[in-house]
Amino acid sequence: MKHSIFDVIVVGGGHAGTEAAHAAARMGVKTALLTLHRRDIGVMSCNPAIGGLGKGHLVREIDALDGVMGRVADKAGIQFRLLNRRKGPAVQGPRAQADRAIYRTEMLKLTEAQENLQIVEGEAVDFLMSDNCINGVVLSDGAEIHGRKIILTSGTFLRGVIHIGDISRPGGRMGDRPSVKLAERMDDFEVPFGRLKTGTPPRLDGRTIDWSGLDLQPGDDDPTLFSFLNNRISAPQVSCGITHTNERTHDIIQKNLSRSAMYGGHIDGVGPRYCPSIEDKVVRFSDKSSHQIFLEPEGATDHTIYPNGISTSLPEDVQEDYVHSIFGLENAVILQPGYAIEYDYVDPRSLSLDLSLRGVEGLYLAGQINGTTGYEEAAAQGMVAGLNAAASCLDKEPVNFSRSNSYIGVMIDDLTTNGVTEPYRMFTSRAEFRLSLRADNADQRLTPISISLGCCSQERKEKFLSKMDQLGSTKYALESSKYTPKQLLSAGIKVSQDGNRRTGMDVLAFPDVTFETLAPLITGLDQTKPEIRRQVERDALYATYIERQKREIDAMKRDEGHVIPVDFDFSSISGLSNELKTKLCVTKPHDLAQAARIDGMTPAGLALILARLRRDTSQKKREA
Amino acid sequence: MDTIFALASAQGKAGVAVIRVSGPQAHQAALQLSGSSLPRQGTTLRVLKDQFGNPLDEALVLLFSGPHSFTGENTVEFQVHGSIAVISAVLQSLSEIDGLRIAEPGEFTRRALENGKLDLAQVEGLADLIDAETESQRKQAQTLLSGGLGVLAERWRRDLIRAASLIEVTIDFADEDVPVDVTPEVSGLLSGIQADLQKEAEGVGIAERIRHGFEVAIVGAPNVGKSTLLNMLAGREAAITSEYAGTTRDVIEVRMDLAGLPVTLLDTAGLRDTDDHVENIGISLARKRAESADLRVFLVEKGEDLTIEMRDGDIRLLPKADVRENSEIAVSGKTGQGVDYLISHITRVLRDRSAGAGVASHARHRETLNSANERLKNAQTILLQGPEYYDIATEEMRSAIRSLEMLVGRVGVEDLLDEIFSSFCLGK
Ligand SMILES: Cc1cc2nc3c(=O)[nH]c(=O)nc-3n(C[C@H](O)[C@H](O)[C@H](O)COP(=O)(O)OP(=O)(O)OC[C@H]3O[C@@H](n4cnc5c(N)ncnc54)[C@H](O)[C@@H]3O)c2cc1C
Ligand SMILES: Nc1nc2c(ncn2[C@@H]2O[C@H](COP(=O)(O)OP(=O)(O)OP(=O)(O)O)[C@@H](O)[C@H]2O)c(=O)[nH]1
Ligand SMILES: [Mg+2]
Repeated sequence: MKHSIFDVIVVGGGHAGTEAAHAAARMGVKTALLTLHRRDIGVMSCNPAIGGLGKGHLVREIDALDGVMGRVADKAGIQFRLLNRRKGPAVQGPRAQADRAIYRTEMLKLTEAQENLQIVEGEAVDFLMSDNCINGVVLSDGAEIHGRKIILTSGTFLRGVIHIGDISRPGGRMGDRPSVKLAERMDDFEVPFGRLKTGTPPRLDGRTIDWSGLDLQPGDDDPTLFSFLNNRISAPQVSCGITHTNERTHDIIQKNLSRSAMYGGHIDGVGPRYCPSIEDKVVRFSDKSSHQIFLEPEGATDHTIYPNGISTSLPEDVQEDYVHSIFGLENAVILQPGYAIEYDYVDPRSLSLDLSLRGVEGLYLAGQINGTTGYEEAAAQGMVAGLNAAASCLDKEPVNFSRSNSYIGVMIDDLTTNGVTEPYRMFTSRAEFRLSLRADNADQRLTPISISLGCCSQERKEKFLSKMDQLGSTKYALESSKYTPKQLLSAGIKVSQDGNRRTGMDVLAFPDVTFETLAPLITGLDQTKPEIRRQVERDALYATYIERQKREIDAMKRDEGHVIPVDFDFSSISGLSNELKTKLCVTKPHDLAQAARIDGMTPAGLALILARLRRDTSQKKREA
Repeated sequence: MDTIFALASAQGKAGVAVIRVSGPQAHQAALQLSGSSLPRQGTTLRVLKDQFGNPLDEALVLLFSGPHSFTGENTVEFQVHGSIAVISAVLQSLSEIDGLRIAEPGEFTRRALENGKLDLAQVEGLADLIDAETESQRKQAQTLLSGGLGVLAERWRRDLIRAASLIEVTIDFADEDVPVDVTPEVSGLLSGIQADLQKEAEGVGIAERIRHGFEVAIVGAPNVGKSTLLNMLAGREAAITSEYAGTTRDVIEVRMDLAGLPVTLLDTAGLRDTDDHVENIGISLARKRAESADLRVFLVEKGEDLTIEMRDGDIRLLPKADVRENSEIAVSGKTGQGVDYLISHITRVLRDRSAGAGVASHARHRETLNSANERLKNAQTILLQGPEYYDIATEEMRSAIRSLEMLVGRVGVEDLLDEIFSSFCLGK
């Protein structure tokens, strides 16, 4: 079988792969999405939920760049909750339980409808190369697909091994074969591989759970959606159940620890601290006699329940025992046992900021293969790789994201600068500029980028520009009107009587002041739409801090301006410790700001690199 | 990398002068000047010759191999006779070697920094050490030089990160079983750090005194023997004395080492009402300097009204002890009677004050410590508003952490480098 020639070939139809393929296609290049089966597209290997803290930010950013994850999640959402609702908007994260079936159907529908995008079924087993340049893939049936850029997003499939207790077998995830040939091919590139693991809980039959005594957690009354394009939900809504492990559960687990794949010594890979298995929790928090479990429906019409909080690699009979020890689950039937999976990942320090692999022309990596965990992290990387592979085909500048404009930039920088020691997951605390990088203003930060790249739909563009218009004029009205403390007091706003005149924006930052309190004072504001009102409030709340951070961002930009050439020889700098030299050679920082963020970097080390950079530039000037 | 050289000892005539060469060609240059092979390490006596073989001077040649040298590079030190002519001849010969150039001010230290031999605060400490005249100055510089400030900043930074992480858990793991309100705990941690920062910042004033010297003013009416006392303490005729009242007009300063503490003694014009225009100028100058001095020694009669306020630590003595009957506390600049008592009083007071000095000793340190403290004060206020404002509270804490990182040059290296090195002189 002979396929036509593509610009970009995406290998893997998971969350990274679909987002990458859509991004490349939106950029206008001819794109193929190659995956084992058409039915892989939109599959959630683990829990049926999208978003959360930090992750919700990523989904909003993907959406602001006109990606697909947010739109599909809105369609599939069966319970929406805004996490941290009672904290500042900067740390609020939208989250939704998703109906697996709807998610898959909708993702497939969008993918089939996307212009420039063709789905190809098959397993990639080899790369086509000319010199050191990749220009296609070979499928297991021998067919060849030619393409100028390849994005590999094979998730947990590279040399994947599934463990249930002391039984282990090769597998990419439950029910799928691993990709071994491809991994072997990559060995030839001398790619630095590592081993990681992750686990998933047993799935339960919801009809066999006794819901009567359990607390139920409904979604929010006014759901917060992911996409800036949407304002209403479409799927029927459900509640999650809540139950707890108890001392008997913990006893059963303790007694059988040696039979757990993880504790029995069958797994070498490192697992995530953030999403520990129940074995881990029982051992590490032995003083706690109970852990919370969310019983999450996998769909509005699906009886499968995902018990969030008890992922495990214990043998099946032990899983039966401990599940039945839990209140409400006494008679629960296990539909699929929990398991752990161990897989290869590529040390992301060998990637450039555009997610291309250094040393192999034309190959990009995105998703779990880069050491991350989670759908949102995968999709966000897919976006970066997709945009960049396409930009490169079109001879355009790389599309680089920075720590100062997005969580996407934070993640890419973290990965490429310091690598990973455990599966990497996004948190709001990873973003030092999180007061500016909010879920609510992702469009203000990133949609202009997608517009200027020419990969933004007309609908989004119009909606965005009109919103910016309204925001702009409302803020202008607020900023250009000033009030004395007396005037404010007469409007019922308590401020210190210091005689200082304050702008409407200043006043809006006060804890108890809302847009509605101010609106009567200013003409023309009573017509402002509710979503614009809320947005202006959030912008006002953080205005002074964002102003302060701007100075910091400027300083960082200055350091980013000291670009370190790719052939810069760190090992020849005398005075750098060998440890730092090794780290620098692995990471090959793009600029001085990135170098500063390498773990263990010292001021003297930075001064040294800076001095060398200055010397090299002045030498070049002299030679010219 | 260029090889640099400069005179490392003070300018001018001296017994011995040290010329330092550092860089990849340093050993080669030593070879060229001394004409014969040298051991890779240690001290050798050689006759230095210029490129035509004319002898310049007999010198001790000291070779250091990088990284075991001050700069971390290959280094040579020539100890030559401290004659201006010899020095300039040797410097001239060095400059004629290809690839060698005269060092910029502070360049040796800059290279030491760049080669990881010193951190930024250590560099400041080094500048202080070079300028140190007394024991307390030396000690203070030494603490800075050994990285004391870096250690402190790192500790505060770690404590702050720990405090912030208590809040971050409530934010990033909100959907798990974690505490909701951690305000009391975090607030307690911050208070501890704030107290430390404040103490350290306040110590900067004292530390600066130790660096620049404490001022001790002698005040009193004309003719009580102020100038005579100053001369006695200084051990030389620094001020004119005479039996005419109103002899001293200008403020006379004498720097001295009082039991290891740097002290500047001020002799001032005698205080009285007068119509003499020039004397009046002197008197108002005397008042001003006495007010701003760290300590005042009053030479006054019993019951005499003081026209300058006496402050904590000041001392009041009767003048001309030798011509008095009673054995009250008095001092005589003529015979030295009571002078030991006076000195021990001054050193006791100043030593007590010096104990308040910490490692931070520069205005730059104080500013950074204060700005970090300011942020923490804000954080405290915001914390009290509850979890709803935790994101802003942590921003204030992060800002404080950043200030501390700037203290040791972990961020903003470029500006800091330039600022610090601008205070260095040639050859260091
Ligand atoms: C058991 C398990 C537990 C997990 N637990 C969690 C968790 O607790 N929390 C969390 O946040 N995340 C968890 N995840 C991770 C989450 O599912 C992944 O991070 C995310 O799906 C990664 O997306 P991806 O696109 O990189 O890879 P995947 O979604 O894994 O997609 C890979 C795709 O590549 C295709 N493919 C692979 N090899 C080839 C080939 N050679 N040729 C063609 N196609 C190929 C596959 O068919 C598949 O469609 C878990 C995953 C697993 C498997
Ligand atoms: N007997 C005795 N005579 C002293 C003593 N100190 C100073 N004199 C004499 O007193 C006179 C004034 O001394 P100065 O030291 O010039 O006094 P002063 O306080 O500096 O005076 P003005 O500069 O004019 O304010 C001189 O003749 C000194 O010799 C002392 O301790 N004992
Ligand atoms: Mg006098």
